[in-house]
Amino acid sequence: MGFPHRSHPRETPVLSQHFGDPDARSLAGWRQRGGYRALEQALTMEPAAIVGIVKESGLRGRGGAGFPTGLKWSFMKPGDGKPHYLCCNADESEPGTFKDREIMRWTPHALVEGCAIGAYAIGAETAYVYIRGEFTEPLQRMTDAVREAYAEGILGPNALGSGKRVDVYVHKGAGAYICGEETALMNSLEGRRGNPRIKPPFPAVAGLFGKPTTINNVETLAAVPHIINNGAEWYKAMCQGNPKSTGTKLYSVCGNIARPGNYEVVMGFPFKDFLYDLCGGPPPGRRFKAIIPGGSSVPIQTIAEAEATVMDYEGFVAEGTMLGSGGVICIDDAQCMVKQIARLARFYAHESCAQCTQCREGTAWTTKIMERIEAGQGTREDLDTLLEIADNMTGKTICVLSDSCAVPVVSGIQKFRDEFEAHITQQRCPFRGAAAGGGVATAVAA
Amino acid sequence: MSAPPTDSGSSSLTELERAPRSDAHMRAEDYQPVFTGPARAELNELLTHYPTKMAALLPALWIVQRERGWVSEPAMAEVAAVLGLTPAYVKGVVTFYTMYHQHPVGKYFVQVCTTSPCNVCGAEDVVRAILKHSGAGELGVTSGDGRFTVIEVECLGACGFATPVMINEDFIESVSAERVPEILDSLP
Repeated sequence: MGFPHRSHPRETPVLSQHFGDPDARSLAGWRQRGGYRALEQALTMEPAAIVGIVKESGLRGRGGAGFPTGLKWSFMKPGDGKPHYLCCNADESEPGTFKDREIMRWTPHALVEGCAIGAYAIGAETAYVYIRGEFTEPLQRMTDAVREAYAEGILGPNALGSGKRVDVYVHKGAGAYICGEETALMNSLEGRRGNPRIKPPFPAVAGLFGKPTTINNVETLAAVPHIINNGAEWYKAMCQGNPKSTGTKLYSVCGNIARPGNYEVVMGFPFKDFLYDLCGGPPPGRRFKAIIPGGSSVPIQTIAEAEATVMDYEGFVAEGTMLGSGGVICIDDAQCMVKQIARLARFYAHESCAQCTQCREGTAWTTKIMERIEAGQGTREDLDTLLEIADNMTGKTICVLSDSCAVPVVSGIQKFRDEFEAHITQQRCPFRGAAAGGGVATAVAA
Repeated sequence: MSAPPTDSGSSSLTELERAPRSDAHMRAEDYQPVFTGPARAELNELLTHYPTKMAALLPALWIVQRERGWVSEPAMAEVAAVLGLTPAYVKGVVTFYTMYHQHPVGKYFVQVCTTSPCNVCGAEDVVRAILKHSGAGELGVTSGDGRFTVIEVECLGACGFATPVMINEDFIESVSAERVPEILDSLP
């Protein structure tokens, strides 16, 4: 549902069905809405059978990479004699993304249930939900839900009377975007600085506390109870595009848009209808200029590319970008692309953990040059320098934060070169003082 | 405090750089142990969540900040002793994360998101309005009456509710420059 707006008839609310309904937050309310039936059923099944259903459903990771969830779970070898761990990544910090926040605020028990099923399926007795420190309300809701679940015997040494142990703990982060990277999250949970680790070893071999670990996004785990309740076929049938992308996806829509909020649609939905019908298009009197469809780390689309996009993992790639986390950032014609790309570069410079040289130096220099251009002090050589730095920042570091900083710069220069050049030739930002809604044509001519 | 010149590629100071160099900011309570009584019991319970003591470091630091308002060096040393770590290690972790205050802040710690999704919705106007109306005047500097410390923060994860502003633990959504006086004046 388009929370905080009313659900649109073309949405398919599964995860977002109870957004905005405070009664769904309590254990009693959640049970009335069918909660914990899936866990009850799962605990009677063989873990491998649960993994099989999730594999069959086609569910893929909703945090950004889109890795098949069932396949990830199958990497956890049963009976290896080691403790296994499940980590739930609730460090939602990707600019443009705020879907996990709403899942935890409105339906915390959905996530507790998803974590419990996931933990059982991978042979783990313990699941940690790592929530970013700024999310004070989601932290409180999740803490309350976990407490209720323990009090009712849903969690603990004898989960739902099954004789199986499932513990879920909420862990509060302390302000670091990089801790959303899976290995950085594990370091942070262990009480270390949040530096990403070199892979291999992959988490399924040596993850949290050096033990086999699976890490899943909030939205991914929240989808699991629905799949157990309704079956893999039901989930797989929710597909209007490529059959490799199934189910529903929550999109967080923000920036210059008439109705910002969370929208849930079936995979393969047309992006043009999504932007204009569901979200109401750009603010009055404005036109869309650019869309960043999957959180700030994916390539920027021109509005023409966005309007041609089919919303699934493959559809976004076909139009030069990625589905990512589903954080749709809309930018209208009154905005300066150079300024916004400079701001994104500053974000990455601030969030770099600084262990890799390419990232530590690259993000800082990119920010410096971008801000110089924005201030009207750039030169033509700067554009080549930026692209050269971006090349050195791509595919050369332990994690992809460095690549993520390069992405908006490269796609921005490719697609909005006229704006960069206008800053350089006019030696000022053409948008500063330009009439809102005039767009770059007016601004550049001014 | 004025900003020293920097050539790091970023014009904003880290909290460490802003930290006062003398101990004039230390209060008597900052030399008292934190982990006694209920706080110690809370930490002991937390330790049961993890297979290592070190994993309780972030939660322990959160307890310190809740009890004292910031994380002082004596507190870091105490946490280190309780968890079997070295003070230098603890400081290394504290300085990695942006939410632990390494010096005292105002009664109201105000964080304004200015990352791109909020930026295109006028977040910079909100920052200017807050700096002006709070009397803080400058980012990271506490207002003369000790009430406000204002910082820009990177993405608060509430982009559809631009501009989100956090005041201590409270998350205020959809703040515009016009709403700022009303919001700040309503604080006790």
